[in-house]
Amino acid sequence: MSLVPEIDFGTPAARSEKMVTLTIDGNEITVPEGTSIMRASMEAGIQVPKLCATDMVDAFGSCRLCLVEIEGRNGTPASCTTPVAPGLVIHTQTSRLKSIRKGVMELYISDHPLDCLTCAANGDCELQDMAGAVGLRDVRYGYEGDNHVKARSNGEANARWMPKDESNPYFTYDPSKCIVCSRCVRACEEVQGTFALTIEGRGFDSRVSPGMHEHFLESECVSCGACVQACPTATLTEKSVIEIGQPEHSVVTTCAYCGVGCSFKAEMRGEELVRMVPWKDGQANRGHSCVKGRFAYGYSTHRDRILNPMIREKISDPWREVTWEEAYAHTASEFRRIQYQYGRESIGGITSSRCTNEETYLVQKLIRAGFGNNNVDTCARVCHSPTGYGLGQAFGTSAGTQNFDSVEHTDVVIVIGANPTDGHPVFASRLKKRLRQGAKLIVIDPRRIDLVSSPHVKASYHLPLRPGTNVAVVTALAHVIVTESLYDESFIKERCDWSEFEDWAGFVAEPRHSPEETEALTGVPAETLRGAARLFATGGNGSIYYGLGVTEHSQGSTTVMAIANLAMATGNIGREGVGVNPLRGQNNVQGSCDMGSFPHELPGYRHISDDSTREIFEKLWGVTLNNEPGLRIPNMLDAAVEGTFKGIYIQGEDILQSDPDTKHVSAGLAAMECVVVQDLFLNETANYAHVFLPGSTFLEKDGTFTNAERRINRVRRVMTPKNGYADWEVTQNLAHAMGLGWNYSHPSEIMDEIAATTPSFALVSYDYLEKHGSVQWPCNEKNPQGSPIMHINGFVRGKGKFIRTEYVATDEKTGPRFPLLLTTGRILSQYNVGAQTRRTDNVLWHEEDRLEMHPHDAENRGIRDGDWVRLASRAGETTLRALVTDRVSPGVVYTTFHHPLTQANVITTDFSDWATNCPEYKVTAVQISPSNGPSDWQVEYDELSRQSRRIKGKLEAAE
Amino acid sequence: MSDNNKIIRMANQIATFFHSQPASEGPGGVATHINKFWEPRMRRQLFDLVDNHNGEGLDSLVLQAVPLIHRPKPAEVPPAAAAPA
Repeated sequence: MSLVPEIDFGTPAARSEKMVTLTIDGNEITVPEGTSIMRASMEAGIQVPKLCATDMVDAFGSCRLCLVEIEGRNGTPASCTTPVAPGLVIHTQTSRLKSIRKGVMELYISDHPLDCLTCAANGDCELQDMAGAVGLRDVRYGYEGDNHVKARSNGEANARWMPKDESNPYFTYDPSKCIVCSRCVRACEEVQGTFALTIEGRGFDSRVSPGMHEHFLESECVSCGACVQACPTATLTEKSVIEIGQPEHSVVTTCAYCGVGCSFKAEMRGEELVRMVPWKDGQANRGHSCVKGRFAYGYSTHRDRILNPMIREKISDPWREVTWEEAYAHTASEFRRIQYQYGRESIGGITSSRCTNEETYLVQKLIRAGFGNNNVDTCARVCHSPTGYGLGQAFGTSAGTQNFDSVEHTDVVIVIGANPTDGHPVFASRLKKRLRQGAKLIVIDPRRIDLVSSPHVKASYHLPLRPGTNVAVVTALAHVIVTESLYDESFIKERCDWSEFEDWAGFVAEPRHSPEETEALTGVPAETLRGAARLFATGGNGSIYYGLGVTEHSQGSTTVMAIANLAMATGNIGREGVGVNPLRGQNNVQGSCDMGSFPHELPGYRHISDDSTREIFEKLWGVTLNNEPGLRIPNMLDAAVEGTFKGIYIQGEDILQSDPDTKHVSAGLAAMECVVVQDLFLNETANYAHVFLPGSTFLEKDGTFTNAERRINRVRRVMTPKNGYADWEVTQNLAHAMGLGWNYSHPSEIMDEIAATTPSFALVSYDYLEKHGSVQWPCNEKNPQGSPIMHINGFVRGKGKFIRTEYVATDEKTGPRFPLLLTTGRILSQYNVGAQTRRTDNVLWHEEDRLEMHPHDAENRGIRDGDWVRLASRAGETTLRALVTDRVSPGVVYTTFHHPLTQANVITTDFSDWATNCPEYKVTAVQISPSNGPSDWQVEYDELSRQSRRIKGKLEAAE
Repeated sequence: MSDNNKIIRMANQIATFFHSQPASEGPGGVATHINKFWEPRMRRQLFDLVDNHNGEGLDSLVLQAVPLIHRPKPAEVPPAAAAPA
């Protein structure tokens, strides 16, 4: 094993189709016009010495090391900033160049510490490499005099010296090692788009400064790690590298946080993870990362991880550690007993959107073939099930239409109900890059999210709608486009059913859908909405990106259809730069849906009532499948309370914390006789569990994740599972205990079965992925390279379907008792229920959920910033601390749901999407009042959790 | 799901959507949706409302859709209950 090789070409690739031929050191090479001489040299295999250049950022030309000589031209131009031209004859190594380079290096080293042996970058230092490359043997200037290296000079404090900044939990900044190449500053600007870093001072006083000479942690830095990756010395270094040393091998794998699905190199020393570095060839992230994927992996070795199976008779008992065999046998006999006593349909399971495709496939197979029913669901129920339904109706497939690269070609972007800089940070960076190049942005969100206004990014329009009025707003956009004849008639005539369009156009053109009529309802000024509609329809390639602010409503599916209508009406489907793009929440939520996790459909979105599809699986699995849809998660809980659903197998999901109306969820779980939880930690749901099966992390198993752009990415095992088994093995062993004769020896065999049964995966195999890196489904005979963009020559369903979208007010209404609207969301440093990120240093950025409220609402209630407040709805109440901000409009409050103590879902109601039962998290009528501290419920729940986490013979487990 | 109100609410929510669609799609749309996504237990409760409570509380469109909704088989008798005592 060795480190995955990555070539640094020094400058980014040029996009021109025109080719240029030139000669470098006697080698003829042909490259696209606009390529730098440095990059052309590297492509010819010649490495020109360099320090300030790296191909993740544009050329800068400051280090003067990469000079070359060009025949017929004067001087020694920098190869990074000089583009190629036809017929150039270039020399990269001449006596003149050699002596200039040596002189430059000598100056660099005269102000650099000589502690190479004990330096953290030893073995990975470009400065050291370049000193070697230019043959530097002596520094004639000595190391005395003005310098940034020594704390004291001549017995006096050295004012130029600055101590290390260790404020960031994951990396250090050591100014004494800085060569002011500004790669970090440019990475922060160009790659991340945060502009947190700058060079302060001039000349010899120049130095890198986070914000206004602040510490990293206090600056605007979002800890994405791009600067650390860009740094050629030990100035910015991962603390893990300082502690462990340089890695000796690396393995490409896929991040297990959000639906962007970034590719990383897991850099290892033995089985110890040294660091995660974004992989340049990763097609979702193109070499970028965020604080979660790059740094927040410490949970994988956290002491809270449960490594032995446990069972207990009653949930009030302490846990008892048992052998795996006992756990499997107990679970199997309990499930069979329950089915004997209450019927075949009395048990079910939940697949995990955090586990691999292969693991998800096995869980649904266990339920359909082993339990003999279709009571299987997944967490997509509570996030993007309306996407599946809505896009399925309109286009014929339940997925986004583009790849992430598509954003590089977009001209107008609508971001609706999503907060990419927090929820999907790497996509946000790619979007911001395009916006800085001139693309226009429309934000539709109750909150003033960061994208509305941040450094060098400003939305053309922000439509701050009242929560719950998405359908009215999107239909009003369509009203403007139709009544002002801004629609794309030729596209519609070619791709869609014209009579359906006419019906729809007549509907949206009704005066009641006009922005002037809907303004009172939505709170969006009519002129702003008209401006946004005109911009989207006329501004070139228009793309729509959306998140859970669209789906998690009682009209979630209707809004998805309205978005599809908008894209079709403006002709924005079927090419680069356009499309409908759901930003998926969890790493494999797309995959879990693809793998047949929904109770009504088999893998590949084929309805369970379809005889020919069932037959494929019946033949292969040797069972008869039930042709009726099973229960969805909320239906399972309802049935449990009713007494007809008694047992559940939950792999990698914490429904007690993540699902709405916590009291209803806990009542459902408490009514069951056998709750089996498979997870890394004793999560909140495990408080109600009878069997606990330890889970494994993404670092400990092989498999695949499918991201929001339908990209199937490999997950590769880099360490032995601490609990002994990968999750797919645990499911297989449980299946054995239930009498199923499965015989998978590696996840690749599971993928082979998926490919054999599911047309959209027909060509996918581990060998194929090895060869192509990754592919986007459908990947079959018709699309052997996969499908980066869908619906290119027509919609999957045939003609695109326009559907009327009537706004219906949610039943969750404000009134005198609950006058404010609560909406919920995520924050950058935390992920979902926080089980992973709360067990990392990410808590430094967000140690508690806060309630954002407008100063006007706060003042009315006598609440100051930081005060404890009581947050009450019709469903329940909790307490948390207020954050007074004008990011939210008056009448709207906002919080995150990352911490179990807050339990924001005690507040949310059981209202749900009409089509899919996706819960309405995003609208809850609430009242807020000052409070002294935790509510009775919080105190009781905290006590219950403590009791419930007791393990016989062990000290109380810490949360 | 002893809470009939929930079944009524869910059925009526579906009907509300189809009320806004072209009239020809109404009853068929509601029925197809319920057939595709409602587990037999839920449909049994719906039929119970229709058969034994005159469909009280149900939207007119749901009632029109009823003839098109697949009537599920009676609930399975658990082996334990079927076994001789």
